Amino acid sequence: MALSILIDWFPYLFSGIVLTLGLVASALIIGAGVGLPLALGQVYGSLPVRSAIATFVWFFRGLPVLVLLFLFYFGIFPALGLDLPAFYVGAVVLGLWGAAYQSQVFRGAIQSISEGQMIAARSLGMSRFQAIKSIILPQAMRIALPGWSNQYPEILTESSVCYAIGVAELLTRSSQIVSQTYVTMPIYLACAVIFILLSYAGTSCIHMVEKKIAIPGFGPGGS
Amino acid sequence: MDQITFIFDIMVPAFANGLLITLALVAVTAPIGFLLGVGVACGRVYGGKGLSWLMQLYTIFFRGCPLLLLLFILYFGLPSLGIVLTPFVASVLGFIFCNSAYNSEYVRGSILSVKEGQLIAAKALGMTKNQAILNIVLPQALRRSIPGVSNEFIYLIKYSSLAYMITVIELTGASKLIATKYFAYNETFIAVAIVYLALVTITTFGANALEKKYAIPG
Repeated sequence: MALSILIDWFPYLFSGIVLTLGLVASALIIGAGVGLPLALGQVYGSLPVRSAIATFVWFFRGLPVLVLLFLFYFGIFPALGLDLPAFYVGAVVLGLWGAAYQSQVFRGAIQSISEGQMIAARSLGMSRFQAIKSIILPQAMRIALPGWSNQYPEILTESSVCYAIGVAELLTRSSQIVSQTYVTMPIYLACAVIFILLSYAGTSCIHMVEKKIAIPGFGPGGS
Repeated sequence: MDQITFIFDIMVPAFANGLLITLALVAVTAPIGFLLGVGVACGRVYGGKGLSWLMQLYTIFFRGCPLLLLLFILYFGLPSLGIVLTPFVASVLGFIFCNSAYNSEYVRGSILSVKEGQLIAAKALGMTKNQAILNIVLPQALRRSIPGVSNEFIYLIKYSSLAYMITVIELTGASKLIATKYFAYNETFIAVAIVYLALVTITTFGANALEKKYAIPG
């Protein structure tokens, strides 16, 4: 009986999976897009820039995602006159939260490239910007990838907290099915299995990319 | 109502109650989660094939399952099997499962980092396997796992906020109730953010001090 309910409601559950993956994908894109400039600023920026970024990172790493979601959804965004739908708020908050963590991954990778390379590039007549873009980042990004990919399962599990502001993602959909059908355990366990499978599948994909773009003889611990 | 009365007559008492519950959640979870994590890690490293596989399943499930879903399973799901837990007990159980699964990974890593030769040497001196693990391997491994475990402790402070979702009125819950009742979202959530940041920052300093104190000289 539980199985037939699961099959009946699968399309409904599936739209939740799509929304969850949408949340995770946008959070990862925002996280990388914001996290990388933050990392560059923290390594190459002036003192005020560095301390501003450090404060940002401290703020987002020190707060629970639930509090961040409440703060932005009920507080900051409405106060700014932005009436964003819950999905966008969830994506932005998860993105900024991830950016704080990812900036540390990128920063570590950038700092692991020996300083001599920057000096050498500058002495060859490259500008600082050119050197960062063509010499430092191509190496740093490859080193950062394993640490960066750890973000995927973390953001995936945290995305379920968006339930609290009413984003219709996988957990929200599962709870709705539970309250419609009064079948609890099978639905929740199915939801858990889907989350674990998504996490496993995503991590395997990232590992494939990692292998594909690896340069022989170069990698974390190597070079 | 002016800001001063709002802060001192309403916010402070509610936050104090919430903070107590948050600290109680953390204080009950952390030691059990740590010991269970060590147990799971030992089972994975030293256990037989069956036990080791079981422990691996434990970590995969509790690390992969979102904590909020785990709390729903414990609080809304278990009653359908005839087990009714209070919100506080359900949250503590959920936190223990999650915390121990992550801790076990840190401890497992540090157990594996202790050279295998030490275990062999201990056995050659006539120790049993249990004695060797207890007296030789774990004292070194646990010290090495302090950075990971204390990091997880900080995570625990943060994810204890999820207990609000199953009606435990801890810090986040207290702030949400006030914010909704007095329609003061920004003030209340910024205030609760400051409390969390203070908690996390103090704990970070404590963890660093602990790490230094128990560092293996040399």
